[in-house]
Amino acid sequence: MSAEPLLSVRSLSVDFSTYGRVSHVLRDVSLDVPARRHVALVGESGCGKSVTMKAIMGILAQPPARIVGGEIRFDGRDLLQVRGGEWDAWRGTAMSMVFQDPMTSLNPVFTIGDQMETILKYADRRLGRRRDRRGRLDRVYEVLAQVRMPDPERIAKSYPIMLSGGMRQRVLIAMALLTEPRLLIADEPGTALDVTTQAQILKLLRDLVEERGLALLMITHNLGLVREAADFVYVMYAGAVVERGPAVEIFARPSHPYTRALFDCVPKLSGETTFKGIDGSLPDYGAPPPGCRFAPRCPLAVAMCNRSPDERPVGPNHSAACWRLEEAVA
Amino acid sequence: MSELAAAPARPQVSIAYQNWHRFSRNPTAVIGSVIVTVVVLTAVLAPWIAPHPDHVGSIVNFRARHLPPSAQYWFGTDNVGRDIFTRVLFGYRVSLLLAAVVLAFAVPLGAALGLIAGYFGGWAEIVIMRLTDIALAIPPLVMALAVTAVLTPNLTHAMLAIAALWWTWHTRLIFSITRTLRAQEFVEAAEILGASRFHILFRELLPNCASAILVKTSLDFGFVILIGAALSYLGLGVQPPTPDLGTMVASGADFLPDRWWESMLPGAAILFVALGFNLLGDGLRDLYDVESVR
Amino acid sequence: MSEPLLEVIGLGKTFAVRGGLLGTVRGEVKAVGDVSFSLSKGEAFGLAGESGSGKSTIARMIVGLTAPSAGAILFEGSDLASPQGVASRRAIQMVFQNPGSSLNPRRSIGQSIAVPLEARKLGRAHIERRVARLLDLVQLPADFRVRYPYELSGGQKQRAAIARALAAEPKLLVLDEPTSALDVSVQAKIIELLIELGRSLGLTYVFISHDLSLMRNFVSRVGVLYLGRLIEVGSVARIFDAPAHPYTRSLIASVPVISDAEQAMKPKEPILEGEVPSPANLPKGCAFHTRCPYAFALCAEIFPDAVALDVDHFARCHLLAPGESRLRDTAAVRAPGA
Repeated sequence: MSAEPLLSVRSLSVDFSTYGRVSHVLRDVSLDVPARRHVALVGESGCGKSVTMKAIMGILAQPPARIVGGEIRFDGRDLLQVRGGEWDAWRGTAMSMVFQDPMTSLNPVFTIGDQMETILKYADRRLGRRRDRRGRLDRVYEVLAQVRMPDPERIAKSYPIMLSGGMRQRVLIAMALLTEPRLLIADEPGTALDVTTQAQILKLLRDLVEERGLALLMITHNLGLVREAADFVYVMYAGAVVERGPAVEIFARPSHPYTRALFDCVPKLSGETTFKGIDGSLPDYGAPPPGCRFAPRCPLAVAMCNRSPDERPVGPNHSAACWRLEEAVA
Repeated sequence: MSELAAAPARPQVSIAYQNWHRFSRNPTAVIGSVIVTVVVLTAVLAPWIAPHPDHVGSIVNFRARHLPPSAQYWFGTDNVGRDIFTRVLFGYRVSLLLAAVVLAFAVPLGAALGLIAGYFGGWAEIVIMRLTDIALAIPPLVMALAVTAVLTPNLTHAMLAIAALWWTWHTRLIFSITRTLRAQEFVEAAEILGASRFHILFRELLPNCASAILVKTSLDFGFVILIGAALSYLGLGVQPPTPDLGTMVASGADFLPDRWWESMLPGAAILFVALGFNLLGDGLRDLYDVESVR
Repeated sequence: MSEPLLEVIGLGKTFAVRGGLLGTVRGEVKAVGDVSFSLSKGEAFGLAGESGSGKSTIARMIVGLTAPSAGAILFEGSDLASPQGVASRRAIQMVFQNPGSSLNPRRSIGQSIAVPLEARKLGRAHIERRVARLLDLVQLPADFRVRYPYELSGGQKQRAAIARALAAEPKLLVLDEPTSALDVSVQAKIIELLIELGRSLGLTYVFISHDLSLMRNFVSRVGVLYLGRLIEVGSVARIFDAPAHPYTRSLIASVPVISDAEQAMKPKEPILEGEVPSPANLPKGCAFHTRCPYAFALCAEIFPDAVALDVDHFARCHLLAPGESRLRDTAAVRAPGA
C-alpha cells in the first residue's frame, strides 16, 4: 500500500445557511478510503453522511452549503483547491457513483445500451479520448459482463422497465464502472432490494473490490450490510465521526456510547432484543453542543463532555471519540 | 436538505415565514399583489377618491368635451365631457363585481364536481368528466354572445353566460389532483377509520386542493375581466350609462387616433388589472409549486 | 386456545390487467392464492415476505380496502363481507408504512386523531378529552394537538398515526411495515410502544414486514409468503430455530446480521440465484421451483399440500414429511395418487 490512501478526507467542516440561519452540519470529518478496500460510512438519517458524500463528489449545492474547512485529497491532490473544470474531469471518471434507487435512476425512454453509451461518449470527450460508437458499445458489453449480467448484448437492447430491480441495480453499478474509475461511491446500495437479491449485489461489490482493486466507499444506514460486506467502518453521528475501525473490530467491540446504543437498537435474529431505543433526538445543527455532539443523549455524559473529545484508541486501528470510553466499554 | 428535514420537533423557521420569505423575494408575486391591491382599493373607495364622482351618471358637460389629459382631468374627458379617470375607477367596480360573482359560482361548483368525479371514479367520473369535455369545447365568449343575444344584453346575463361554462376548468383541475390524492394513504386511513364520504371529500381532500384553487382563481380573475370587457365592447354586456371599461373603449374608439386617450387609457386600465391578477397567480404558483395549473 | 379473533380462509386476490384503447382485460395477476391462517385474541401474527409476496394485498383485504376474489375473512366469527361483518369493520384498524403520507398534510395532528371520533358523532368536549388521552398514550406532548405533520419527525408522525388508529378502539391492528421508513433507533422506540400498547390494551396484531429479525422479536407466530402463497406457518421458535421450507431457510440465511452469534444460528444455505419472478406469470406447480436448489420434476407440476411438521408448524414442500423438519431425498417422494 502506498503512503497515502486513494481518497483521504481531512477535517472536513461544512455549514449550511438557510433563511439567515447557519447550521454547522459537518464538523472535522476525516476518513480514508484506500484502494482494494471496502469502506462503510454508517449512520442514521440526518447524521451528515449524504453531505459528506456530496462534498466528495463535488455535487454539494453551494449555497446553501459552504465548505468552511478541511481537505478532500484524491490521489494526492486536494480536490477543494483544483479548479471546477479539473474536478469535473475527475468526477464521473476517476471517481464515480452508484445511485441508490434502481427504479428512478434510469431514464425509462432509452435503452440501457443507449444510456450507457451516452455516458461514455461524454466521458471520452472530457478526457479527450477518441472512440467510435462501435468501440463504446464494446465497452458497454464488457462492463455489463463484469457485473455478471448474462447476455450483455440483449440487456443493452432492453428498456429499464424490462429488467427486475436487481438487474437494474447491476446496470447502475455497470454504469459507474464504464469509465474505469478507481473510486466507487455507493449510496445505500441494495437497500431498495429484497434480501435475497441484496446478498447477490453485495457479493458483486465485494468481487469488484477484490478483483479490480477498486476503492469502494459505501454510505448506508444498514448495519447488517456493513458487517457482511465492509472491511473498515466509520460511524457518524450528528455530523461527526464518533468511531472508526476494522469491521471485525467494531462489531466485536463497539465502544462509543452512540455505537453501542445503535447496535442495541438493531433487532437480533436470535430474538434477544430489548427495544430501548435512544432517548432524545439529534441536536439542533444551528447551535450544536459545544463538545461531544452525543453528550445530551448520552447516559454517561459528564461535565468534561462539553469539550470536544479526542480520538482515543480502543484496539488495533480502532478508535472512538469519547472521554468516557472506559466506562462505556465496562 | 433532506438531511436537515429530519431535524427533530419543530423547525425553528415556520412555514409561514418561509412562504413569506419566498413570496417577498419573488418580483412577479410582489408586483402582482401590489397591482391587485391598488385596483381593489380604488374600486372600493371610488365614491370617495374619484375626482368627479358625479361624472358616473349620464350628465352632460359639453364645455369640457374631448379634453386631453391634464391636471384637472388625469385621463382626459369623453365625448360628453365626463372625467375618464373617474369612470375608470368606477369601471373597476363593475369588472371586479362581474369576476367575483362568476367565480363565486363557478369555483365551488367546479371544485365540488371535480372532487366527486376524482374520488368516486366509475359512473360519477364518466358523467361529470364527459359533460366537462363538452362544455370545454364551447368558447365562453361565443356562449356569452349567444346568451346575451337571445336574452336582453345586460350584466346579469353576461355573468350567467360566463359562469355557465367557467366551472369546467376547475372541475378538470380538481379532478386530476383528487385522482392522485385518492390513492394516498391518508385517504385510505380515513376510509378505514369510518369517516363519512362528506368528511373525506371536504375535510381530507379539499384542503389539499386549496392552493391549486387559489392560484387558478387568481389567474381566472384576469380572464373573466377580459371576457366581460370584450362583451361590453361588443355592446352585449354592461349598458350605459353605467361606467364600464369595455364600453368606454368602444365609445372612445370612434375618436381614434386624434383623441387616443378616450379609448387607450380605459384599455390600459383593463390591461393593468388583468396583468395584476396574472402576475399574482404566477407568483402564487411559484410559491406553492402547483404544476397542474395552466 | 380460545375462539379465534380473526380467521382467514382460502383467501385469494386476482387483479385484472387491462390494456389497449378500450381497457379490455389482457390477463390477470394472481397476487394472493389460497391463504389461510387464524389469530387468537392478544396474539401477534407476522406475515413475512419479499416484494410480490402479496403481504400488503392481504393486509388491505383484512382492513377492507380491497375486496377478496376468493375465500373469506371471519372476524369474531362473522364474515366481513356480510352486513354484520361490515359493522364490525371499525374494530380492525391499520398503521401504514409511511407516516409521511398516511397523515393528511393539511390537517393538524389533533384533527387527524379526531377523525374516527367525529365519525362516531361524539361531542366536541368529549373528543378533546379523548385526543389528549390518546396523545398521552403514545407518549406525545399534549401541544402536538395543534401541530402539523411537517413539524414532526418520522417517529413522532408514526406515533400520531398509531394514536389515530387507537381512537377507533380497535381490537385488531394491522401493522403494514410500520417502521421500515424509520431509523433503527426510532424503530426501537416505536416497537417498544407497540409491545406496551398490545399488553395494556389487549390488542391483537397482524404484523407485516420483510425484516425477519424484527419479526422474530415482535410476533409469536409467523407465516412466510412467496408469490402470494403461504409456504410455511409456525411459532417463531419453530420458524427461526427449525425452518423447514427451502425458501424460508434461504430467506433467513440471507438476512444481514450484526453479530457472530446470530450468524451462527442462520441455516446453512447458499445465496439464492435469480430474483422473485413477477406475479404476472406465476411459475406452474410450486412457484419457488425456479430458484429452489432442491427442486425436482414434481415441483414444476404440482403445488404441494400443507404438511404438519409439528403442532402449529406447517409447510408446503414435496420434500417434507409429517412430523419431520428435514428435507427427504427425492427418491422418497411419491407423486400423489401414485
